[in-house]
Amino acid sequence: MEIIHSARPLYAMAVSAVAVVLIGFSYERPNLREFWTILAAVVKFAIVMSMVPAVLDGKTIEYSLVTILPGLEIGFKVDPMGILFAATASFLWILTSFYSIGYMRTLKEHAQTRYFMCFAATMTATIGAAFAANMFTLFLFYEAITLCTFPLVGHKETPEARAGARKYIVYLLGTSLAFQLFAIFLTYNAAGTLEFSSQGILAGTASKTMLTVIFVLFIAGIAKAGIMPFHNWLPAAMVAPTPVSALLHAVAVVKTGVFSILRVLFFVFGTDLLVDLDIGTAAAYFVSFTIIMASFVALTKDNLKARLAYSTVSQLSYIVLGALLLTPSSAVGGIVHIANHAFSKITLFFCAGHIYAAAHKTNISQLGGIARRMPWTMAAFFIASLSMIGVPPVAGFVSKWYLAVGSVEALNYPVLVVLLASTMLNAAYFLPITYKAFFEREKEDEYHHGEEVREIPIMAIPLVLTAVGSVIIGLYPDYFIALAREVIR
Amino acid sequence: MIELIIGKYNYWIYIALMMIGFYAMIAKENLIKKIIGMNIFQTAVILFYISMSKVRGGTAPIEWEHAVRYENPLPHVLMLTAIVVSVSTTAVALALVIRIYKAFGSIEEDKILEMKGDRTGKPPESVL
Amino acid sequence: MISAENLPILVIIIPLISAIITPLVGRIHRSIGWLVALLATSLSFAYSLALIRSVMENGPISYWLGGWEPPWGIEYVVTPFNGFVLCVVSFITIVITLYARKSIEQDVSESKIPFFYSLYLLFFTGLMGIVITGDIFNLYVFIEISALSGYALVAMGRERDALIASYNYLILGTIGASFIVLGIGYLYMVTGTLNMADLSARLPELYDSTTVRSAFAFFMVGLSLKLALFPFHIWLPNVYTHSPSTVSALMAATSTKVSAYVLLRLMFTVYRPEFVLTVVPVTKILLILAALAIIIGSVIALAQTNIKRMLAYSSVGQIGYIILGASIANQTSMTGSLMHIFNHALMKGSLFMVVGAMVYRTGIVNIEDMRGMGKKMPFAMAAFTIGALSMIGFPFTVGFVSKWYLAVGALKADMWYFIPIILLSSLLTAVYFWRIVEAIYFREKSEKLAGLPSEPAEAPFGMTATTLFLSLLCIVFGIAAFIPTKVAAAAAKLLLGG
Repeated sequence: MEIIHSARPLYAMAVSAVAVVLIGFSYERPNLREFWTILAAVVKFAIVMSMVPAVLDGKTIEYSLVTILPGLEIGFKVDPMGILFAATASFLWILTSFYSIGYMRTLKEHAQTRYFMCFAATMTATIGAAFAANMFTLFLFYEAITLCTFPLVGHKETPEARAGARKYIVYLLGTSLAFQLFAIFLTYNAAGTLEFSSQGILAGTASKTMLTVIFVLFIAGIAKAGIMPFHNWLPAAMVAPTPVSALLHAVAVVKTGVFSILRVLFFVFGTDLLVDLDIGTAAAYFVSFTIIMASFVALTKDNLKARLAYSTVSQLSYIVLGALLLTPSSAVGGIVHIANHAFSKITLFFCAGHIYAAAHKTNISQLGGIARRMPWTMAAFFIASLSMIGVPPVAGFVSKWYLAVGSVEALNYPVLVVLLASTMLNAAYFLPITYKAFFEREKEDEYHHGEEVREIPIMAIPLVLTAVGSVIIGLYPDYFIALAREVIR
Repeated sequence: MIELIIGKYNYWIYIALMMIGFYAMIAKENLIKKIIGMNIFQTAVILFYISMSKVRGGTAPIEWEHAVRYENPLPHVLMLTAIVVSVSTTAVALALVIRIYKAFGSIEEDKILEMKGDRTGKPPESVL
Repeated sequence: MISAENLPILVIIIPLISAIITPLVGRIHRSIGWLVALLATSLSFAYSLALIRSVMENGPISYWLGGWEPPWGIEYVVTPFNGFVLCVVSFITIVITLYARKSIEQDVSESKIPFFYSLYLLFFTGLMGIVITGDIFNLYVFIEISALSGYALVAMGRERDALIASYNYLILGTIGASFIVLGIGYLYMVTGTLNMADLSARLPELYDSTTVRSAFAFFMVGLSLKLALFPFHIWLPNVYTHSPSTVSALMAATSTKVSAYVLLRLMFTVYRPEFVLTVVPVTKILLILAALAIIIGSVIALAQTNIKRMLAYSSVGQIGYIILGASIANQTSMTGSLMHIFNHALMKGSLFMVVGAMVYRTGIVNIEDMRGMGKKMPFAMAAFTIGALSMIGFPFTVGFVSKWYLAVGALKADMWYFIPIILLSSLLTAVYFWRIVEAIYFREKSEKLAGLPSEPAEAPFGMTATTLFLSLLCIVFGIAAFIPTKVAAAAAKLLLGG
């Protein structure tokens, strides 16, 4: 495999870091400040995309920034999995930036400068995580994301927001310090390196028991992936403003979680070792439990964002499940689902935020007939929920198909049953919302929407675009699947 | 056994003195008594060093003409330094006790501890 | 006159003479005292740097005091190990001197300021002397010099409780020092020498002697008292809480570190590693004490309401880290331990300086009253956040580097059970620091803070700049960790007799 040495991944990361400073300095001029956000988002996306052709050609781009200590190096490596994640995140950041501006201005939120600074900082860390060349770099950015998003989650500064933010930091920082770091210590001690390698670095370095311990510690330590029982931070973090929930908790934060797990599974352990250890199936069942349980909990939630949050918990586990089944098809399904779920879930969050900003509605029971006031929004919502359920031709179908094929390949029929059952559950908790919005009459009581409720263009356009994006990916998934195949090759 | 006690009686005295001093420093409530304990402790250390330098029948190593055996002069010199240290420590400690008395109106540790943390509390008039 | 051979003594003699000059020139103008202190510490630092460079290139330096050849005369020795500590101590002291000027003007009454700097320099002289000397009785003298000036410095605190803290410190410190001097006596009794290198050569054949072993016991207890190793830590929280802010910062950053240095020096270069590891397995006891210190220090810190006291208990835990690394005693963990001497000096120094700046401007020391402080003192609180992250052991900060070495060292020694202890204490540290970080940024202003003018008001430039500087170093050396690590690794190798 050809290796290109280039600082481009660093630039891709640094763009938004520079933006943080610029945003901070232009706090007195909101328009200039927002211009920096947009500019950074566009430039970042452009830099990320400029690396795609090389990666598709089977090359990797490497860059070593600094060696802190022997064995502890901050290095970047652009490989197919990283670029898939980075491209998705940076593209969605552009749309989210517009959406954020609309949301923050419509609701006249306080501390907007801090908000945009933290947002840009989070994107820096996310791209850093996507391009991390070793476990230490990944851990570093994983923690950085937690820190940068903390002010965003606690943005409202109300007691409730503080409680949510505290839960957020306790779960994420707690598990990563207690388990993930432990696992990293053990890995380093066993393998003598933390560098990712497509064969894995742990094979043959320690006893089976020790490797199983490391495996469990890693899975428990990456709470960002929302695997039960460490999923509670996600619903708690929904106190954040909706654009934050959208980008961070449908894309940046949670995807960094599953991305880290995939990195650990494929590049620290390696598929062969996992097959050898024979823990994939047990872990797959464990993850399946999360898929089903989270779906049931989602059914009970009336708050729209809470329902979306639990849906995220369940969908994230699809990705992990795909990796754990250890067949080529399921792995492709899992990896592609990173992008698919990102597009669809961000649409759903955008819709929820838009409804809140325009009509001040947060609960599903209040949404009767809202589609008449906000047709574009609810149409986008419908498309995205089809993707969640896995109906062709929307994006979600592609990943679910590969996952199902993978479970058959692995002769793991219980997982197939889980997939089908969760599809039913997804339908059960998403379709009623659409039904309510389109076919129910508007209530005449205090839930009456009022005449002034109408769509806000700067918020409506991004969500329509992401919905269209989901459909396009569903119709032409080849691009992503090609990338995903590169990963497992 | 007897020989161990009698033959090295100076060391036994050093240990006894050290324990007395140590006890006073830890257990006494009165701050001055603690300082006295400290002095006893330090004296014990001096006794220990001097005992160590003693050579039976030895003399001070300044007389070159007649003497055959000399005592080791180095511990004596070291103890000069230790005495200086001990005096300085006592001076600092006494100065502190004076200021404590002015600030708290007492040099009994239990009474002071009751007043500790009470920032508004003024020392009694009689002291000022 | 200032030639390379004389550097070792100049490092000591310059602050010593300056300490005598300060009260005299202070009569002319009170700020001259500060200038003299700054000059003296800067020169000491410059010479220390020159020393360590020479040592790294040409090997250890030995200086004979008054030209008397050791083991008869007093010898000053500079190796990578103590050269490193010399640089750390003098560097931190310069930064704190810069910080001290304004802070002291508020904490100490004007007429006493020259005397303060005199004591400050004496304290510094003592510390540098402890580190550089190669003679064990000279070590005791320097310990007492720094301790005596330390007692007086603590007593200069604003509240009367400072007097009690100082008095208790004096009593316990004297017990500790007396134990050390007894240990020296026992060693002298059987070896007839006071030179550390000479002792180290003569001791191995006497390892079975009860006298040598009791000497070691005396050293251990005495130094543990000086070091505030759990359970001998009771004097430390009161001292850190009640002394003037500058003194808290100075002591937290330097004096316990120097005591840790002495412990390592005695354990590994006067006695040999094989003595502490196999002949008298004292490292096993120290490991348990260190683990207890780490956990209990963190737990008690969690319960504190006074920020200075919380930082003090956190120090108790951090001292545990230093001892832990030293007691595991392999190359990696020892490097971690030495790194932690430096790293903890940086982070605890900067944290105490933040508190000093806060006290200077608002008079607040209660954690409860710190709510909303982020808006009042943004720069100081940024420094606090960095310090806090470093204490937690966040990657990119110095705290992570030392924890990494300690953890990997523990694993290499097959002592994996220390990893959960290290991680648990990281978690506890995260809890007690993060609740403050959250309060200063995300809470409404406390009543006490709301009573003050609302516009941001930082402490004077000198204080804020030095505080930020130290906390930025926490990040710089968290990234460029290879620079101090190189020296620390060389020192660790030396200690372990490699």
